[in-house]
Amino acid sequence: MSTEPIQNAAWSDPRLSITRRHRVGRWWQGFFFASTLFAILALAALLFSVADKTMGLVVIENKVAPSALSSRPLEGLSKEELISILEANLSRNRYRTINREETVDRRSRDEIYDLVIGEVVRPKVLMSYPLSQSLLRRAELEAEKAERWPEASLEFYTWLKPHFITSPMSASPELAGIRTALLGSLALIAISILFAFPIGIGAAIYLEEYADRKSWLNRIVQLNIDNLAGVPSIVYGILGLAIFVRALGNLTSGAAIGYAGDNGRTILSAGLTIGLLVLPLLIINAREAIRTVPNSLRQASYGLGATQWQTIWYHVLPAALPGILTGTILAVSRAIGETAPLIVVGAATYITSDPTGPFSKFTALPIQIYNWTTQPQEAYRNIAAAAIIVLLIALLSLNSIAILLRNRFSQRA
Amino acid sequence: MTHTSRRPLTSGKAQVVDYTLALRKKPRIGERAIQAFLFLCGAVSILITVGIAFELGKESWLFFRDPQVNLLEFLTSTTWQPAIGNFGVLPLITATLMTTFFAMLIALPLGLGAAIYLSEYASPRARAVLKPVLEILAGIPTVVYGYFALTFMTPLLRGIFGSETVQIYNTLSAGLVMGIMILPMVSSMSEDALSAVPRSLREAAYGLGATRLETALKIITPAALSGIIAAFIVAVSRAVGETMIVAVAAGSGPNFTFNPFQSAETMTGYIARISGGDAAYDTPDYNSIFAIGLLLFLITLGLNILSRWLVARYREVYE
Repeated sequence: MSTEPIQNAAWSDPRLSITRRHRVGRWWQGFFFASTLFAILALAALLFSVADKTMGLVVIENKVAPSALSSRPLEGLSKEELISILEANLSRNRYRTINREETVDRRSRDEIYDLVIGEVVRPKVLMSYPLSQSLLRRAELEAEKAERWPEASLEFYTWLKPHFITSPMSASPELAGIRTALLGSLALIAISILFAFPIGIGAAIYLEEYADRKSWLNRIVQLNIDNLAGVPSIVYGILGLAIFVRALGNLTSGAAIGYAGDNGRTILSAGLTIGLLVLPLLIINAREAIRTVPNSLRQASYGLGATQWQTIWYHVLPAALPGILTGTILAVSRAIGETAPLIVVGAATYITSDPTGPFSKFTALPIQIYNWTTQPQEAYRNIAAAAIIVLLIALLSLNSIAILLRNRFSQRA
Repeated sequence: MTHTSRRPLTSGKAQVVDYTLALRKKPRIGERAIQAFLFLCGAVSILITVGIAFELGKESWLFFRDPQVNLLEFLTSTTWQPAIGNFGVLPLITATLMTTFFAMLIALPLGLGAAIYLSEYASPRARAVLKPVLEILAGIPTVVYGYFALTFMTPLLRGIFGSETVQIYNTLSAGLVMGIMILPMVSSMSEDALSAVPRSLREAAYGLGATRLETALKIITPAALSGIIAAFIVAVSRAVGETMIVAVAAGSGPNFTFNPFQSAETMTGYIARISGGDAAYDTPDYNSIFAIGLLLFLITLGLNILSRWLVARYREVYE
C-alpha cells in the first residue's frame, strides 16, 4: 500500500473536528444500513404481493346456485347423492359422454364432486380482490359488488387449496390446477440431473485429481467452465432448440424408436437443455467439495498401495459426497425455476394431460406461472400467485435440505 | 510413489533382490480408461461452448445471407419490423440498455452499500440473520420477479407518476425489479472482496486515527476495488441476459425510445416472444433470433472475460 497520508476530502479532512467526522460517519452508516434494509423490504414486498393474491374476496356467479341442487352444502354430500344431482341436471348426451370416458360408479367421490361443480354449478369469478383489501375495505367492496353485480355473491375464496395442486390444467381459472405442470417439472429435473450429474462429477474429478493445472488444455477447460456459468440461460435455450429440437429431432421426438412424436419439442429435449445449463454449476460445486478433502487422506491411501482410481473411488468421493450432494441440490433449485430456456425449446402453453414419458409434450411450473401472469384477467393473477407459492415452498425446502446437509457435514469435518 | 532404491535391503550377497523390477509401474488399462472417460466429461464443457458458437454462427449466417438483410443495416437501422423486411437491431439494444441502466442504478450503489454494511459494520448476529435473507432473495426464480414487476412495481409507478404517463408495460418497472434481483449478487461478491482485505489494514487505519467510515471508504474499499468492479461487470452481464422479467413487464414489440415509461422490447424479450410463438423454421423472422442470440452471447462473454481479467490483473495480493 502507498505510504502517503490519507487524502483530504470534505468529509475526512483531519482539520475538521472529530465530532463532525463522526457525524458524517453516522450518516454514511445510515446509508449502508438503508441499502441492506432496502433488500429486506424488497423481499417482504415481493412475498406480500404474492401472498396477498392467494386468497381474498371474490365476486362469484354460479350458473346454478348450489342451494337449488341440495338443501345441504355440496361438500357434505355422499357420492350417490352427487351422482343423482349430476344425472338430474346434465343433458342426456353430456352425461353419456362423461360416462363413456369412465363410468361414474368407478370414479372417486372427489371426481364426481369436481364434475358437479364444473358441469352443473359452473362458478365464474367476475372480480377478485386481494387479501389486504378484502380485510380492510370489506364494506366498500360489498357496496361495489351490490352496485355492479347485484346477481352475484361475494364470497371469501382461497385460490391455493389442495384441489389446485391435484387437478390438471383447465381453461377456466376457477378449475385450473397445476398437477400437469408439477409432474412436468419433476420429469424435467429428473432427466436433467440424470444427464448432468455423472458428467459434472466426472469433469470435477478429472479437473481436481488428474489434470495438470499448468497445461494449456486444462486451463482452457477451466476458463471455459467459468465462462459458461455466466452465459444467459436463454442462450442455452437457443442451443437446445438448435441441437436437441432440430438437429436431433428424430431422437428426441422418439421417431427413431418408433414412437409417434411429431416434433422434438419434448420433455427429453427440455430436460437435456436444462442439463446443459446446470452442468457448469454442478462442476464448480463438485470441484469445491472435492477440494475440501484433506490431502492426508489421499496420501494415506497411496501409502497403503492403492491406485489413483481406488483412492478416488474409496476415499475421496465418499468424503466429498455430502458437499457434492449439497451442490447438486442447489443445481436442482436453479433448474426448477428456469423459464426462459423452456420457452425457447418449446414448452406447450396449454396441455391438460399428464406427461407419459420422455417423448410427451410438456409444460412446467414456471412456464405455467409465466402464462398465467401474462393473462389480462385478474383471476389468472390469483392462480399465478398460488403457483408461485408452491414453487417457492419447493425451493425453500430444497434449500433447507442443502443447509442441513452442509451443517452436518461441517460438524463432522 | 514409485521411487525405488537400487540398494538391496540386506547386505548378504546371496539375498540381493531387485526391487526396481518388483515396484515397476504396472500398466493399468482400467485406470487409463477411467482417466480418459473423466477427461471426456471435462471436454463436454468445451463441446457446449463450441456448440453454442457453431450453432449461433451457422444460423446467423443464414440470417445475414438473406437478401433482405445486411449487416450494416442490422447494426444501424432504428426500425425492427421483420414483416416488412426492416432488420435494425438498435431498438432492441436501446431497450436492453435502458433496463440494464435502471437495474444498475439500484443494484450497484445499494449492493455495495449492503456489502460494506455486512462486512464492516454488522455484528456477527446481524450478519447471521441478514445474509440468509439476501441468499433467499438471490434464489427466487426470475419469473417470480416478473410477476412482482407487473403486479407490484408497475402499479406503484403508475400511482406515483400517474397512469397517463406510465404505460402498463414499461422498461422502468422491469429495470428496477431487475435491480432488486441483482442486488444480492453484487453484495455477496463485493462482500467477499471486502472481507478478503486483511485485518492489519483496518487496524493500521484505526491506529492512525481514522474513523470507521474513513477506514471503510478510503482503505478497505480501494483495496478490494478489483473484486468490486468485477462484481459490477458480472452484474451488467446478468442484467443484459435477463429474460423473464422483461418478457413479463417490459412489453412486447420493438420500440425505439428512451422514455422509461413506455413499453419496449429487449433482445432477450424478443427471442422469448419469437421462439414462444409459431414462427416457421428458416424464415428470416425465425433466423433472426439466432443472430440476436449471438450478439447477446458475445456481449455477455466479453463482459465475463473482462471481469475475470480485471480481477487477475489488479488484484492486490497480501501475503
